[in-house]
Amino acid sequence: MKNGNMKQGNKKDHPALAEAFIKDEERVDWHDGALWYIREKRDIASRQIPEWESLREAASEIKSNVISNLHNYLLQFENNLIKNGIIVHWADNAEEHNEIVYSILKAKEINQMVKSKSMLTEECQLNEYLAERGIDVINSDLGEYIQQIDNEPPSHIVLPCIHKRKEEIGELFHEHLGTEKGLSDPTLLTRVARKHLRNIFLSRRAALTGVNFAVAETGEYVVCTNEGNADMGAHLSEVQIASMGLEKLIPQKKHLGVFLRLLARSATGQPITIYSSHYKKPREGQEMHLILVDAGRTRQLGRADFKDSLKCIKCGACMNTCPVYRKSGGLSYHNTISGPIGAILAPNLDIKKHADLPYASTLCGSCSNVCPVKINIHEQLYKWRQVIVKEGYAANTKAMTMKAMAWTLSSPNTFTNAGKAGRWFLHNIPFVINNKFNLWYKQREMPESPKESFAEWYAKSEAGKPAKT
Amino acid sequence: MTVGLFIPCYVNQFYPDAGKATLQLLQKLGVDVKYPRKQTCCGQPMANSGFEHLSQGCNDLFIENFAAFDYIVAPSASCVLHIKDHLHSHENEEQALTIRNKVYELVEFLTDILNVENLDATFPYKVSLHHSCHGLRGLHLAQMSELNSPPYSKPQRLLDMVKGLQQVTLDRADECCGFGGTFCVAEEAVSVKMGKDRVRDHTKNGAEYITSSDLSCLMHLEGILQRSKSEVKIVHIAEILNSTL
Amino acid sequence: MNTREKILQAVLKNQPQTTPLPDISNFKGDHTDAVQKYINVFNAIGGVALLVDDIAEVKVLINKNFDVNKRTVTTLPELGDVAELISGTVNPHTYEDIELAILQAQLFVAENGAVWLTDQLMGQRIIPYICQHLAVVVSAASIVPTLHEAYEKIGTDDYGFGGFIGGPSKTADIEQALVLGAHGPLTMTVFILR
Repeated sequence: MKNGNMKQGNKKDHPALAEAFIKDEERVDWHDGALWYIREKRDIASRQIPEWESLREAASEIKSNVISNLHNYLLQFENNLIKNGIIVHWADNAEEHNEIVYSILKAKEINQMVKSKSMLTEECQLNEYLAERGIDVINSDLGEYIQQIDNEPPSHIVLPCIHKRKEEIGELFHEHLGTEKGLSDPTLLTRVARKHLRNIFLSRRAALTGVNFAVAETGEYVVCTNEGNADMGAHLSEVQIASMGLEKLIPQKKHLGVFLRLLARSATGQPITIYSSHYKKPREGQEMHLILVDAGRTRQLGRADFKDSLKCIKCGACMNTCPVYRKSGGLSYHNTISGPIGAILAPNLDIKKHADLPYASTLCGSCSNVCPVKINIHEQLYKWRQVIVKEGYAANTKAMTMKAMAWTLSSPNTFTNAGKAGRWFLHNIPFVINNKFNLWYKQREMPESPKESFAEWYAKSEAGKPAKT
Repeated sequence: MTVGLFIPCYVNQFYPDAGKATLQLLQKLGVDVKYPRKQTCCGQPMANSGFEHLSQGCNDLFIENFAAFDYIVAPSASCVLHIKDHLHSHENEEQALTIRNKVYELVEFLTDILNVENLDATFPYKVSLHHSCHGLRGLHLAQMSELNSPPYSKPQRLLDMVKGLQQVTLDRADECCGFGGTFCVAEEAVSVKMGKDRVRDHTKNGAEYITSSDLSCLMHLEGILQRSKSEVKIVHIAEILNSTL
Repeated sequence: MNTREKILQAVLKNQPQTTPLPDISNFKGDHTDAVQKYINVFNAIGGVALLVDDIAEVKVLINKNFDVNKRTVTTLPELGDVAELISGTVNPHTYEDIELAILQAQLFVAENGAVWLTDQLMGQRIIPYICQHLAVVVSAASIVPTLHEAYEKIGTDDYGFGGFIGGPSKTADIEQALVLGAHGPLTMTVFILR
């Protein structure tokens, strides 16, 4: 297993990375089709529940209540965790989180761990941190395992290798697990992974999971998988660690009914994930830890326009519906969480690095419609653009064009005096400039310039007289 | 009732026929329509790029031009949505609010205000309807495919009144075309790919004409259609509803 | 100030104005034909759901459908002659080679095909995940239409661990091709006692 540097691609922005992805049109069509199919499955599942839209509204209100009372829920949750015998840790940032995990393992002289899906630990780059300190971590979710052996981050939060063809996966298995060259049958490959990972589960003393939902009322947390990998790791481990973002809390146990009805249907169109495991107390002889992580969440909480992004339950539905995501791939977002939700979370983490993400959208609004907790994603994308410009991260050329446009458009004389139809555009609107540097023209014909504009026609016609019927 | 006709900047310059059709259609339906000569733009291209703070000039000019009318009608869902959501004024906020409440895109004006039940229109071609995202998810001109809610469609209801017109069903009812304002050049590769995919959906399902409430979408699709030398044409919905071929 | 205090202080300072919790008591399912609905959903997922009259019938079906010469374990004393009773105290690793596990569930949910059982009914937490094949016995009367009723029934029951299990383990990570049998059991059978 390779240590160290992940394939980050070049430090390019979304447009450049997307363009590279789109070059292989056959692959893009396949990627786009696969994700659209999942969107359709989600639609079918949502129509099985007549009260679906009310359920979304309830989930949205529950999460609004959570983030507006987060302080008290955190205290209540911590109190109950401790009563249940779980050791609680708090981490301000990624570094602190990683240190805590390391110290837990070191105290038990453990140098191997098995991990089930946790986007938070991906954000924190936990595996790399531990590898540098001699601790080997294996991702047990099949998609994440595949990405791990390929030294590439996951491209989708639910479907980590949705961008990979089975032949590529077969090649990776041939290289890392000794399967026959050319073997690409998904069932056979999965059986090989099952066998290999089973040994990992049986031999590793420590297991780490993420948290889908944490119940303040009872001090338990829920982990949802289809593969059963979280449970295989946890129930064989001596030390079990759960890494959790602060916002994963829900107030009461009964609220799980709302969220578990929405989560899998939104994510994949399933009525429920195969395993929805409720962890409450350690096994006899086992140690259980839970790490509460901030890593930018309290800062986002304080942003009036963007705090609602913390309601996210990480279903990925926004990614599946987003045409930009489907046609550019998750890796073009250069952030652990990609797609529409990633574009409103990432600027909070590093506005300079991620200034391009809110612009990787046409603001079509489909994401907001599929979001089970009704986050107004497309409105937040628009609002982030205003922030990015105000804080000076917009490209210079854009700023100049915009100022010129504003001046021209706010003065009717300038507008009209720009002369013949189309001429004012030539000076001010980028997509109309008629030369080879005009990006519009690269793959599209220009709109024709008619002989007179509407305004010119109206002035000449008998304005005010009704047309002949 | 008096109606102020708002013709978006690029419609004015590149698709004047859609503006003419809108004017003529409203007149046919007995509406007293005027076109304020000093209008320019709604300010959307700047605001969507993050330069909302530069659009005050546009906003004030809009208010000045249109405050006096009972209704403001435009053959553009995206411009109307922008006005509805973002028209504000430091000096004239009350007037801005009034305008936000009386600005209408053409289709919704016909169905909701004029309550049109039939049209004397003929357009004997296979037509596919492109739902612009602003019209659909912004102005709710039709039901959105993501929602578990009862279906309806204002543009389709109007197209149903046109003689000889055959409507084409798409594989993906309301996927975005990829124009997105400055997105069309800032993310050129994705924009074109999205447009090509929509064109393929319309074309493979037999469309001869693609229509919409938004010429920004249609301009983008037309650019792709013409580059591939397709026979399929675009036409703004106003021209269909006003058509008496 | 330690991290805990720092975070709590930041949360208190930044959290927005409080909004109320919604009333979710009106979310209810329909009990009509709930058991049949469960069977339809569970079979569609790739599980096998069977209506049986009694444990004797379960025993017959187990002998018929599974190779009981391979290691078979159970928590049900009535099945002690076809399966080994699970010990709650041995190292969970010793169950690594179990072929079939037959457990009981507290309730099952019509809308999604899931059963609910806690560690008390599992014998050991690892059992329903590590076996190659899972069989669950549940009484028809314990059916609920949706998760809302499920959580009402589960209430404030205490447990160390509990899980909804909705079918054989699966993955579609390789080109979205559905494969039954990921890391958990390859098959799941539910015996519904009338």
